[in-house]
Amino acid sequence: MSKGPTPSDVASVYLQHGPYGQRHDPHGHGYAEARGHGAGGPAPKRVIVGYGFWIFLLSDIVMFSAFFAAYAVLVHQTAGGPTGKQLFDMKRVGLETAFLLASSFTCGLGYVAAAMRKQIQTQFWMLVTGLLGLAFVILEVTEFYEMIQHGAGPSRSAFLSAFFALVGCHGLHVSVGGLWLGTMMAQIWFKGFRPEIMRRLLCFNLFWHALDIIWVALFTIVYLLGAGA
Amino acid sequence: MKLLGKLDWSAIPLDQPIPLIASGTAGGLVVAVVIYVWAKGWMPYLWHEWITSVDHKRIGVMYIILSALMLLRGFADAVMMRSQQALALHGAQGYLPPEHYDQVFSAHGTIMIFFGAMPLVIGLMNFAVPLQLGVRDVAFPTWNNVGFWLTATGALLVNLSLGIGEFARTGWLPYPPLSELAYSPGVGVDYYIWALQISGIGTLSTGINLVTTILKMRAPGMSYLRMPVFCWTSLASNLLIVAVFPILTATLAMLALDRYLGFHFFTNDAGGMPMMFVNLIWAWGHPEVYILVLPAFGIFSEVFSTFSGKPLFGYRSMVMATMFICIVSLFVWLHHFFTMGAGGDVNAAFGIATSIIAVGTGVKIYNWLFTMYGGRIRFEPPVLWGIGFIITFLFGGLTGVLLAVPPADFVLHNSLFLVAHFHNVIIGGVVFGAFAGYEYWFPKAFGFRLHRGWGITAFWLTLAGFVLTFTPLYVVGMEGMTRRLQHVDNDLWDPWIILAGLGTVVIAMGVAAQLIQLVVSIRQREKLRDVTGDPWNGRTLEWVTPSPPPTFNFPVLHDVHGEEAYWGMKQAAIAQERLYDEPDYKAIEMPRNSPTGFVTAFFATIIGFALIWHIWWLAGLGFVGAYATFVVFAWRDEDEYEIPAEEVARVDRARRAARGPEWLAAMETRA
Repeated sequence: MSKGPTPSDVASVYLQHGPYGQRHDPHGHGYAEARGHGAGGPAPKRVIVGYGFWIFLLSDIVMFSAFFAAYAVLVHQTAGGPTGKQLFDMKRVGLETAFLLASSFTCGLGYVAAAMRKQIQTQFWMLVTGLLGLAFVILEVTEFYEMIQHGAGPSRSAFLSAFFALVGCHGLHVSVGGLWLGTMMAQIWFKGFRPEIMRRLLCFNLFWHALDIIWVALFTIVYLLGAGA
Repeated sequence: MKLLGKLDWSAIPLDQPIPLIASGTAGGLVVAVVIYVWAKGWMPYLWHEWITSVDHKRIGVMYIILSALMLLRGFADAVMMRSQQALALHGAQGYLPPEHYDQVFSAHGTIMIFFGAMPLVIGLMNFAVPLQLGVRDVAFPTWNNVGFWLTATGALLVNLSLGIGEFARTGWLPYPPLSELAYSPGVGVDYYIWALQISGIGTLSTGINLVTTILKMRAPGMSYLRMPVFCWTSLASNLLIVAVFPILTATLAMLALDRYLGFHFFTNDAGGMPMMFVNLIWAWGHPEVYILVLPAFGIFSEVFSTFSGKPLFGYRSMVMATMFICIVSLFVWLHHFFTMGAGGDVNAAFGIATSIIAVGTGVKIYNWLFTMYGGRIRFEPPVLWGIGFIITFLFGGLTGVLLAVPPADFVLHNSLFLVAHFHNVIIGGVVFGAFAGYEYWFPKAFGFRLHRGWGITAFWLTLAGFVLTFTPLYVVGMEGMTRRLQHVDNDLWDPWIILAGLGTVVIAMGVAAQLIQLVVSIRQREKLRDVTGDPWNGRTLEWVTPSPPPTFNFPVLHDVHGEEAYWGMKQAAIAQERLYDEPDYKAIEMPRNSPTGFVTAFFATIIGFALIWHIWWLAGLGFVGAYATFVVFAWRDEDEYEIPAEEVARVDRARRAARGPEWLAAMETRA
């Protein structure tokens, strides 16, 4: 039976090359060409931060998927109460969708402006993004308010529980995103386009776009299928 | 609206001496320790070097200290359960009334899994993974600290329930409809929900952090198939954390909505579905088992290879088995409720998936055996835990395969056979693995080894106590004794129940031996000093650095050319009869310490407590405080400090001096 490589086998490569990385990385910022696939050493901070945030977004999407699953299970459990078809106002939902998708576009423009280091333009597009997000949240809150007024609140039936939780969870994300957006605007205003602030702006963009992706699924599964059924 | 929500003096269990005295003693001890530390003037040191530390090694150590405290608390619960059953025979009622006994077994499970096992495993990963990868820190050092303190918040909330209010009586997974407001009107379930939600955020951030670290930050040349197996199993474990902890968060959020706002996710009325909770919670819960045990498998792989003086047998099959288990673990959750009416076909599919997962584990067990085969095994405590693990885990695995057969499960479900099975895999797998890791990496963390004799004593006592406690439970479980019984009226089972109670006493002696080992080792630390930083003749990069490693871990990053980077370097040094030339030392920038984690956890504690007791204004205040903390953190201008080149050189030269010609000669004879 083989006992693995002999000591001289494993030693030879180190005898040739020495034990140290060929490139020195004093600041721990990583090697610009390294992308984390192994050969190059630690990736640069921007890659690490973006990648980590993607992983977070994936986990967030998993959380949403649990709410989606609960909705799919409970959608017909109306307990004699109103169904989606009776409740959903597709005009309003269409407007919400338009606002949210437009806000993602302006959010992207904000990042472009920031990449060009243009303070006023960046602030402008981020403000537009925030206002569109606010309009979305206001429309959603009105929808919730009217439903509750008509006796179709979350405690009416399991279907409505799942609906309010799923849509509300997305709305909560948009609201928290708005808070983050405001904080970022202040930060860019006072601190300028520093590397760590640019990384946060990148993360914010990813977050805002991910909320769009969730909304597209939500719009389709909850509203389109619900209004048609 | 009352200012303090549901909280008033009736929350203090003045009429129940056991929780009152226990919580009083625990609270008193905490206050005494704080006063002692303060009086000794250690507070600044603790604050600057530990509490606010963003160093992955120190955070790892803090996780393990938290876990040790919680393991003791959870073990106290276990002793109460076993002794209650052993005393309540022949119609006697014992000393724990049913409603208290229910809280004890619920707290035991919750604490052991979430605040005993999880921090233990996460602590070991935090400590060892960056060192094994040959890098200076994790991807997000400050988040790492935040994650630890949020976990500590969860542990604090669970323990607060001992003295203020009550804990859940629902078992460690609060199945509705019992856990709904209608049947559990007290704050017990709320303590459970918020403790787990807050610590769950901490666990998720650790998962994201370590996945990013392993995938994006490795020493130059360390391709995936050159990573130590512990890094692979940590990767699998953290991928599972990212994949399933959000499900737990969502599920508990739904339960909270039911309880707080009258939603109908899991209620009996208005179309709610209690079974959906069971599905969702186990979609998290089964992968959770592998989140715990995979890192333990990694530790055993390192230990068997190091102490056999051989490379790990079947490295690539080990990696494949790990990832196989990682993926299949997501497809077996339904075996936790075969009896709940999914039907024969569904049960069969999940039964087969469950049996197949044992194949991956089987591959690993053969690899470990072949790693030892033909090696010169040094029987240090880590290896003893490893060998004990192979035997106990084998039995745990086999009873698991038995339970995976739906017809057998119909007979054995909810019995003490099941309880014995999962203790068999969790104690025999996770806890033995973590203890092996503790013995193995302790010298790396603190610069001296643990006392060998006491380690061996602790191992044998724990192993014997474990067998003595759980073998009887298999027997009575097989004969039909169900779990969670406050007292049993069946004379035929008396001897077994008493035997299990005695087994707990032996385990307690094992626990004592381990505590004594720690004290003795600290007192004899000069004798047990690890001068070279390589006390076990190691093979992976953590043994390159001195013990304890400097903040920056490595003066320069090493080049990785094979599966066992450090082993190769060591053989090269032995062949040349000297270490490689000094590198060109340069200054290193490291992240600054930050109180963000501690302050966030302070506000999280307030939020959790306020939500449990319906003190809405306080919860709002807590959220504002937490937000303000993050803004302050985001606003800081300097997040790094520089370690000068001279300091780097000083540390590395001291290490090189300790690894002189005599050491190389000694290593050569041992190799």
